[in-house]
Amino acid sequence: MATTTTRSPAATGTTTAPRTPRRRDDSRLALLFILPALIGFLVFMVWPTLRGIYLSFTRFNLLTPPEFNGMDNYVRMVQDPVFWNSLKVTIWYVFLNILFQTILALIIAVMMQRLTKRTWLRGIVLTPYLVSNVVAAMIFLWVLDFQLGIGNKLLEVIGVERIAFFSSEAWVIPTIAGVNVWRHVGYTALLIFAGLQTIPETVYEAGRIDGAGEPRMFRSITVPLLRPILGLVLIITVVGSFQVFDTVAIATRGGPVDSSRVLQYYIYDVAFGRFQFGYASAMSVALLIVLMIITFLQYRLTRASTSDLN
Amino acid sequence: MRFTIGRAAAWTFMIIVVLLSLFPFYWILRTALSSNNALYAGGDSVLPVQPSLGGFERVFGTQTGQEAIDQGGAGQEIFFWRYLLNSIVVATLITVGQVFFSAMAAYAFARLKWRHRERVFGFFLAGLMIPTIFTLLPNFVLIKQLGLVDTLLGIALPTMLMTPFAVFFLRQFFLGISSEVEEAALIDGASKTRVFFRLIMPMSSAPIVTLAILTYIAAWNEYFWALMVSYTDKSRVLTVALGVFKSQTPQTGPDWAGLMAATLVAALPMLLLFMFFARRIVNSIGFSGIK
Repeated sequence: MATTTTRSPAATGTTTAPRTPRRRDDSRLALLFILPALIGFLVFMVWPTLRGIYLSFTRFNLLTPPEFNGMDNYVRMVQDPVFWNSLKVTIWYVFLNILFQTILALIIAVMMQRLTKRTWLRGIVLTPYLVSNVVAAMIFLWVLDFQLGIGNKLLEVIGVERIAFFSSEAWVIPTIAGVNVWRHVGYTALLIFAGLQTIPETVYEAGRIDGAGEPRMFRSITVPLLRPILGLVLIITVVGSFQVFDTVAIATRGGPVDSSRVLQYYIYDVAFGRFQFGYASAMSVALLIVLMIITFLQYRLTRASTSDLN
Repeated sequence: MRFTIGRAAAWTFMIIVVLLSLFPFYWILRTALSSNNALYAGGDSVLPVQPSLGGFERVFGTQTGQEAIDQGGAGQEIFFWRYLLNSIVVATLITVGQVFFSAMAAYAFARLKWRHRERVFGFFLAGLMIPTIFTLLPNFVLIKQLGLVDTLLGIALPTMLMTPFAVFFLRQFFLGISSEVEEAALIDGASKTRVFFRLIMPMSSAPIVTLAILTYIAAWNEYFWALMVSYTDKSRVLTVALGVFKSQTPQTGPDWAGLMAATLVAALPMLLLFMFFARRIVNSIGFSGIK
């Protein structure tokens, strides 16, 4: 691995520190201090990123060295109906997940700010975030079980027909989106809540003196002033949402048929089920590009860098 | 505070949110303490039906195979203590290593004077743009080449040395510490290394502990990477073990009491940690705390 560390311009930059140290120059000590982190950064972030892109142009089964095969993986990807289906499933998931999560989190955050700022309430709302995706999936497999789940029993009590949450093609993605909303909504609400704290209380007092009610203040004060923060929150949650894997791996393994085969699960399947690391890498690159485009567009659309408070 | 319809509606909404957040936790406890066969017999009680510790006994392997099968389990041996220990080792390695090495780097970026400092820092920050998921496959190939597949070190290593977030987070705090104290110590003849360990680290203990808690939780809950690297009991952590336990349970008529007992065991350590540090964790989630 020693050869990889010299590839980066930054690494050579720090090692060729000036020969004539001024009194206040800490180059040698600084190198010592950043060395472990720099090795971690180059070996486990920079190198894998470059290698992931390289592997996407190869045929690689992990046992024999990768063979360069040009654009073959990308051609295959464009022609692979399962890939397109998994992209579609992923986008549908992200749409539902982000829509419900953001709306709910916004309402919860505003209520925490306007009703009570008690820490215990924020603590309770955050509790689901403390358990893993695996635990969340297990909980809802049981709660929403078709035969025995309390969710379906309650539906029956109120006169609605039972729903095969995890095993019907129409319901599986909304259900997985819902499970992840349950786990992440509190965290998202706290992020938005932190943003709300930056709006000075005086703005609300002024609104009250002018006779504005809570709904009016929400529309005319909270939303416009919160826009840049909402933009940042959206970028973070959308990028996170695209990486959905755990819930699918535990609860459905991509089924029924391919209706919950999200992109990341398909990539995992191709890599570890069929040992086609080259093709899996090509799909990872596609996901990376999608994520970068989305980040860029969202950043532009929400104008996340500017604030109306200034 | 006067009473209005809007206020009442808002409180009702919040009460529903609180119930939805907490009810599932009660329900796993209630199911874990029930007897599995009684659950199938249609026990709808809010309390455990035919209270039994059978679920927990299957999780900790204190039942014989035949007993387990009779009560609806898979009858295969599992070693939850082992997985619990593995999770503790992995999360501790990641937390101690990542926080310590990131703090050293953050100090170099915040306080030491060297050429190309800002450029290297910018390079680190660019790392925030790379979704972790993209590096997983190539990192697996690397861990395999290093011969670390199916070891605890293999699971911990990629995040043990740094994350761009940790470096960024700590650098912000170090920048905020007044340099006068530091100057005074330097004039008294202390070396910069000594200043870092004896002055900067203790003065930043609050953000360092906060970062450590958040890192520990994230490491504990990680599933995808651990799933790639661990194959056998030797390196299996709780999240992966829970997935395996679930896939072993009878497909028709799962052992729900056992599964929920396992789920509770996997979730409990972080819930306990949260009980102790709730205020700190809740207050740390803001815009400096974005992960």
